[in-house]
Amino acid sequence: MLEIKGLTAAIGDKQILNGVDLVVPPGEIHAIMGPNGAGKSTLSYILSGRPGYEVTGGEASFNGHDLLEMEPEERAALGVFLAFQYPVELPGVGNANFLRTALNAQRRARGEAELDAPSFLKLARAEMKRLSMPDDMLKRNVNVGFSGGEKKRNEVLQMAILKPKLAILDETDSGLDIDALRIVSEGVNAQRGPNFSALVITHYQRLLDYIVPDRVHVLSAGRIIRSGGPELAHELEAHGYAGIVADAA
Amino acid sequence: MSAALKTTALDATAQAFLTRYAGLRARLPGSHDARDAAATRLRASGLPGPREEAWRFTHLRPITEFTFLEPLTPIEDCPRLLARLPEIDAPRLVFVDGRYRPDLSTPPEGIAVRVGGPAGEAVLAGEKLVDLNTMLGEDGAEIVVADGVDAGTLVLASLATDRDARHGAFHPRHAVSLGKGAKLTLIDVALGEGVYLNNSVLAIRVAEHAHLTHLRMQLESIRAFSFATLFADIAEGGEYDSFTLTIGARLSRNEVHANLSGPNAIAHLNAARMLRGQQHGDFTSIIRHIAPNCQSNQTVKTVLDNAARGVFQGKIEVARGAQKTDGYQMNQALLLSHDAEMNSKPQLEIYADDVKCSHGATVGEIDAEQLFYLRSRGVAHEEARAMLIRAFLAEAINGISHEAGRAAMETCLDAWWGADAA
Amino acid sequence: MSETVDSMEAVTAVTEGGYKWGFSTDIDMDMAPVGLNEDIIRLISSKKNEPDWLLEWRLKSYAAWLTMEEPDWAMVHHEKIDYQALHYYAAPKKKTGPKSLDEVDPELLKTYAKLGIPLKEQAYLAGVEPAEGERPQVAVDAVFDSVSVATTFRDTLAKSGVIFCPISEAVHDHPELVRKYLGSVVPASDNYFAALNSAVFTDGSFVFIPKGVRCPMELSTYFRINARNTGQFERTLIVVEDGGYVSYLEGCTAPQRDENQLHAAVVELVAMEDATIKYSTVQNWYPGDADGKGGIYNFVTKRGACRGARSKISWTQVETGSAVTWKYPSCILQGDGAVGEFYSVAVTTNHQQADTGTKMIHIGRNTSSTIISKGISAGRSNNTYRGLVRVLAKAEGARNFTQCDSLLIGDQCGAHTVPYIESRNPTAKLEHEATTSKISDDQLFYCRSRGLSQEDAVGMIVNGFCRDVLKELPMEFAVEAQKLLAISLEGSVG
Repeated sequence: MLEIKGLTAAIGDKQILNGVDLVVPPGEIHAIMGPNGAGKSTLSYILSGRPGYEVTGGEASFNGHDLLEMEPEERAALGVFLAFQYPVELPGVGNANFLRTALNAQRRARGEAELDAPSFLKLARAEMKRLSMPDDMLKRNVNVGFSGGEKKRNEVLQMAILKPKLAILDETDSGLDIDALRIVSEGVNAQRGPNFSALVITHYQRLLDYIVPDRVHVLSAGRIIRSGGPELAHELEAHGYAGIVADAA
Repeated sequence: MSAALKTTALDATAQAFLTRYAGLRARLPGSHDARDAAATRLRASGLPGPREEAWRFTHLRPITEFTFLEPLTPIEDCPRLLARLPEIDAPRLVFVDGRYRPDLSTPPEGIAVRVGGPAGEAVLAGEKLVDLNTMLGEDGAEIVVADGVDAGTLVLASLATDRDARHGAFHPRHAVSLGKGAKLTLIDVALGEGVYLNNSVLAIRVAEHAHLTHLRMQLESIRAFSFATLFADIAEGGEYDSFTLTIGARLSRNEVHANLSGPNAIAHLNAARMLRGQQHGDFTSIIRHIAPNCQSNQTVKTVLDNAARGVFQGKIEVARGAQKTDGYQMNQALLLSHDAEMNSKPQLEIYADDVKCSHGATVGEIDAEQLFYLRSRGVAHEEARAMLIRAFLAEAINGISHEAGRAAMETCLDAWWGADAA
Repeated sequence: MSETVDSMEAVTAVTEGGYKWGFSTDIDMDMAPVGLNEDIIRLISSKKNEPDWLLEWRLKSYAAWLTMEEPDWAMVHHEKIDYQALHYYAAPKKKTGPKSLDEVDPELLKTYAKLGIPLKEQAYLAGVEPAEGERPQVAVDAVFDSVSVATTFRDTLAKSGVIFCPISEAVHDHPELVRKYLGSVVPASDNYFAALNSAVFTDGSFVFIPKGVRCPMELSTYFRINARNTGQFERTLIVVEDGGYVSYLEGCTAPQRDENQLHAAVVELVAMEDATIKYSTVQNWYPGDADGKGGIYNFVTKRGACRGARSKISWTQVETGSAVTWKYPSCILQGDGAVGEFYSVAVTTNHQQADTGTKMIHIGRNTSSTIISKGISAGRSNNTYRGLVRVLAKAEGARNFTQCDSLLIGDQCGAHTVPYIESRNPTAKLEHEATTSKISDDQLFYCRSRGLSQEDAVGMIVNGFCRDVLKELPMEFAVEAQKLLAISLEGSVG
């Protein structure tokens, strides 16, 4: 269970989050929507521990562990996964090597046995097939020379292999065509289960046609101003953010 | 053994200059302290020799074939040389054989100009050619643009006359200083006839947010020796944008020291060179990123025909603390003949980690694929070749935003081709 | 670190500043008196029972050395070396030549284990014959201080005509070959350190691959400096005749000592028509401590001559050790169509200084060369790539591609690039690129968000940066090298 209470945060002098309260129970998928600059990406970075953000107040925990006290890799081992809006390129680092190293680092941290190369490859190939990704994706360097869609699919592949307990998808739909959107969504939906929860951050309702959320939250000016069921997303699509932001004010 | 002989010949030439100095000393303008100090250093260490790393590709031995004397009374007229000056509608300062000629000049308005002696403060003391210049310099222009003034365009011309057996040596010392936010385009032309040695020094100060465009055209006599040393200091937000065209001189070296000493300063040191026959042309630059967030950009293109030799030495230094430096350097050479030779030494010296620095160098002949492509479209071999060489140089020249300046450069290029055809 | 971890290991790891090969071995040594003069050279020569011509050659080299000056053009600074304060000969005491491993001091065998000599070599060195059907992959020559102590698989190799033995033995057993090729690529007077080496070298490896023979296994030499106040001056000579092939690996370590130790090796390679030599080095000499105290001065001359048409010499080096490195493995591309390659990773941390690169001299027609250099600087170190590509007038159609990349870790280090590009032939095509970068915060965070620790992330990104070089190493060496890179950079970020 992800629990966020009164979270406030700043980048330098600029206050971005102004008291976020949010609970995502296990097995649920919640969507965070909101206008540009609302603090959506900041929230995802703070939950995953990106340096450069100052938490000025409040708390965030996952399954009882204080996330804010942990290093990024400790959060990963705990099962927190961030699908990046802009996945980073790692020249010279093979995708397979990267994934296996990450997976085994997490398994090690959890006291589980490491996966040898053949077992890993078997696992990776199976997941890639599900995501309609060509085999050579494993051989290529991490995100180097990938198209926007390939990068996003690679993020979902990593999620499928690392099997997180909490996935944070930061605008995973941006830059995807309709086929890729479907494939990526199927990848997320395949993870659904009692031990998987997700925070889907998006600007548009479109993605939520494929990944149907249990709850939808509207983030504006660093605060959640409205929460509701999946229908809230449709309302937003029909009326835009302006009305809701005005209502809340 | 031969190396020793060469050194001896250079020593003799250095000695000859020192002897000239002893004879001229009393007649040379200004304070003698700096001159004497330079003479002392020259006496101790001589002229640059082939064993010095900075001179490994450029040997001064050819200058030892001649005895150089200071110019005598000015030649009253040099219409042929004046006619060769680019047609640019701008005030001009004309120096003939190293001396200012008010009769040929049209001084600018809004710019303070002082002549009659070596200009500016001491820079690059210890550089041997600068020391030689300091010791023997007689004249030069000090050009000062006040804060906030956009001074337009100014032509600085150096003409050298052919005096037959009496080979002139002159050591002009110019200084250009732009006040805060000031602007100037300086078109710097050097041309001449016969055998002579032009050993100039130019010191440039670009104050905060000032902008100097410097277009240099080295069209010296094909028998001449040309050494130009330039020092530029660029303060915060200032920009020094230079382009150097090198066509002339039997032996030339263009050495630029550019210091980016304030944050967000910018330096462009671009160049194009066309050398043929027995010409030897050296472009050496040292760009120092001293302050953070500065940018330097350098593209040097060289075309070498016949037995010409080209040298490029380009060093980018990034001082400790000069973070966010953006340094780019590219030098490309086309060799058109089997006897041509290109020596390049691009160099990075970096002491800060958050920087973006790169250099690239290529040496080769005209791309056979491109040549074939043009010919397959019906362009004759020689014409296709010329077209590609022009295109190669155009990439550099097209970057010049000053239209009259760019046109003048293109005219020189055309003339070079014309001479080639003849 | 969990408390169950062997505390001794933890203590060692800390006190040795990360250098895991800093032990010294207590072995009964036979040492020459300190200092250098003609008598010492005569002593070395007589210890080796050398023929007169070799002694003459040594003395001539010594005379040349006396007239030379230590080079000062590299971007390295170190205390003046007192050449009279060194031992020029140190050897483990033994009764006769190393006919069998039983005669080798057991301490020495323990050394191999500590050296981390990987793979099955340890067993081979210890004399264990491989099981039936298991093809040996690597033959090893181990050079301990100044002498070769064990060479494995000589008989197997001999069957295919390959000679692999200490050069001191080759002088006796194959004098015609040694005399013909020794100093033919690196003349005795080539440079200061080569002259010194020619005067006092004590051992090293000799390899000869006859016409048409593809060496059936990798050959490998482990160099180890052990004794205090000794210089190590090994000499390696590899000759491959027409159509032959050999892959040769070299690994080096040294104990941790407070004083600087001198290593001045010479490696000469000769490749005849259609011959290929692949020479790989993992150099991990002791780099000194975190304050720059101690460490090896590594002044090495390595040069290969591609004498025959279509011959090929490929240098691959991973340089992580030494306080000061001065090393430019080069190729003289004489034969038409000859190929030279240089793949290099140089890592400097703390106060290390490396000035390394290559020379590619294009003489023959259609010769080509590739240079890939990856320099990584951390701490207060300085890392310089210095390279020369020279195309002579007759080298029609010569090609060179050079890529030099520097990675800086921290703002107190330096990364420098000094390439010389000289072309005298218009049909030659030379391309050079150099870049400088750092590990971005985004890259680090991305890796950590996937569960990698900061150090693993650095190791992974650095290995990625070096990939184009590491993939040139023989597989098992590559694994070693990757680990070495990660270990070398431990603690340098953050």
